[in-house]
Amino acid sequence: MSTATAPTTTADPAAPRALNLSRTTATAARVLRQLRHDPRTIALMLLVPCVMLVLLRYVFDGSPHTFDNIGASLLGIFPLITMFLVTSIATLRERTSGTLERLLAMPLGKGDLIAGYALAFGTIAIIQSVLATALALWALGLDVTGSPWLLLLVALLDALLGTALGLFVSAFAASEFQAVQFMPAVIFPQLLLCGLFTPRSDMHPVLEAISDVLPMSYAVDGMNEVLKHTDMTATFVRDVLIVAGCALLVLGLGAATLRRRTA
Amino acid sequence: MMNYASVRSDPPGDPAVRADDLTVVRGPRTVLRGLGFTVPRGQITGLLGPSGCGKSTLIRSIVGTQAKVTGTLEVLGRPAGHPTLRTRIGYVTQAPSVYDDLTVRQNLDYFTSILTPNRSSTDRRQDVDRVLADVDLTSHADALAGNLSGGQRSRVSLAVALLGTPELLVLDEPTVGLDPVLRRDLWNLFHSLAADRGATLLISSHVMDEAERCHRLLLMREGEILADDSPDALRTRTGADTVEAAFLHLVDEATAAAREKETTR
Repeated sequence: MSTATAPTTTADPAAPRALNLSRTTATAARVLRQLRHDPRTIALMLLVPCVMLVLLRYVFDGSPHTFDNIGASLLGIFPLITMFLVTSIATLRERTSGTLERLLAMPLGKGDLIAGYALAFGTIAIIQSVLATALALWALGLDVTGSPWLLLLVALLDALLGTALGLFVSAFAASEFQAVQFMPAVIFPQLLLCGLFTPRSDMHPVLEAISDVLPMSYAVDGMNEVLKHTDMTATFVRDVLIVAGCALLVLGLGAATLRRRTA
Repeated sequence: MMNYASVRSDPPGDPAVRADDLTVVRGPRTVLRGLGFTVPRGQITGLLGPSGCGKSTLIRSIVGTQAKVTGTLEVLGRPAGHPTLRTRIGYVTQAPSVYDDLTVRQNLDYFTSILTPNRSSTDRRQDVDRVLADVDLTSHADALAGNLSGGQRSRVSLAVALLGTPELLVLDEPTVGLDPVLRRDLWNLFHSLAADRGATLLISSHVMDEAERCHRLLLMREGEILADDSPDALRTRTGADTVEAAFLHLVDEATAAAREKETTR
C-alpha cells in the first residue's frame, strides 16, 4: 500500500496510545452503566455467593472445621466464576453486536477496552467479595487466623483472573450457548483439581502435576494460607504473584484476540 | 471501463478515497477484484449494487476493519486504516451497532468520550445535542436503545457516526427499513452535511431509487465496478430513463461481453 507520510509534525493528539486513562474510565463507567440497567444481574452476582455460603455453613453444621476450609476456598472461587461468566457473555455481545467493530474503528486502544472491563468488573468483584467475606466471618463464624484484607486481596485477584479468562474464551465462542459451555470446560477441571475436594498432594501424581499449572490451585492455596497463618507467609506471596501473573498473561492473550481488521 | 477522471468537475484537491487495483480475499473467495475508483470530496457518492456484491467489504476496507486488503487504498490522503483516520471518519455498520442496555444519550456520551477524550464536557454535551437533533431523536434521548424501533435504533447508530464532525462519512445501507418520510429527511440531512459542512459521504444501498439523490455513483456487481459516473451521465450513456434501467443495461452488457469471451476462448 502506498504511504503518504505527513511532514514531521508534533505528536497527533488523536493518535491512540496503548492506554488512555480517560478512555479506560469512560469504558468502565459505560460497562457499569449497562449493568445498572439490569438490576437482576447485579442482584444475582452479589447475592448468590452469599446464599451459597449460608447453605454451605448448614451443610457442614456438624463439622465447623470443614466449613472453614471449604468456605475460605469458595471465597476465592466465587469471584472467579462470576466474573468469568459475566465477562465472556459481555464481550461476546460486544463482538456480535458490532459495537466492538465500531469501537476499534475509533481511536480506542485495545488496552483501554480490556482495562475498562477489568476495572468495571473488578469493582463489582470487590463489592461481591466484601459482602461474602463479611457474611462468612461475622455471621457464619468462619474462623480465619489471618487478616480479612488478605482474603479480599486474593478474591480481587481471582476476579481479575476470571475477567481475563472470560475475555479470552469469548474470542472462541460464536454464540451465547458456546460461551456458557466454556464455563464447565475451563472452570470445572480447575475446580476439581484445585484442592477444594481433597488436598492436591493426595491426588494421582499426574493430576497433581496438572493442578500445579492451573491458576485456581494457587487461588485456593492463598486463601488457605490466610486461613491458617496470622501473617503473610512466603507461600502466600508466591500464590498471590502467580494468580496476578496469570491474570495479566491471559489479559494479554485476550488483547491479542481483539483485531482491528477482521475477515 | 472508461475513465472520466480528466473531464469531471471535481472539487479542487485530492479525492477523499482513491483505490487502485484494490483486491480483498475472504476465505477462499476473492470478494473485490482489482477495483480502481475515486470518491470526490464534499459530495455524496452512492455505492450501489445487489446484495452480496461486495459493498460492505469495500466499506470495511475503507474504514480499515477489513483484513487481507491488497492494492492501493488511500483515504483522506493516508493509507486506509491509518490510526489518525479514526477520528476523521464516521462509520455506520449495516446492523445498528449501539448498546441496547444504554439510553440513547448514554450511548452517545460514551462514544464521544472515546472520540474526543480531551474536550470539555460542555463541548461534548453540545456535540451530543447536535447529533440528536440531526437525526431527530431529541425526544427519545432518555429511552433505552433496546426499546426503540428498528428505524430509531439505526438513527442512533447514525448519530454516533456524526459525533465529532468527521470529514468522511461511510454509511452502510443507512436507510434500510425506514419509512419514506424518514428516508427523505435523512437524505436531506446527508445533502446538508455535504453542502454546509463540506463533508464527504459514501453511502451504500441496494435500493436503486436512492441513486438519483447522489452526486456520483459507483455501480458494483460481483466484486467489480460496473460504472463510476454521475446519475445523469449514466442515464445518457445507456439511454435509460432511470438509474435502475441503466444498471440493468450495464449488467446485460457485461454478461454479453463475458459470454463472448467464453465462446472465443
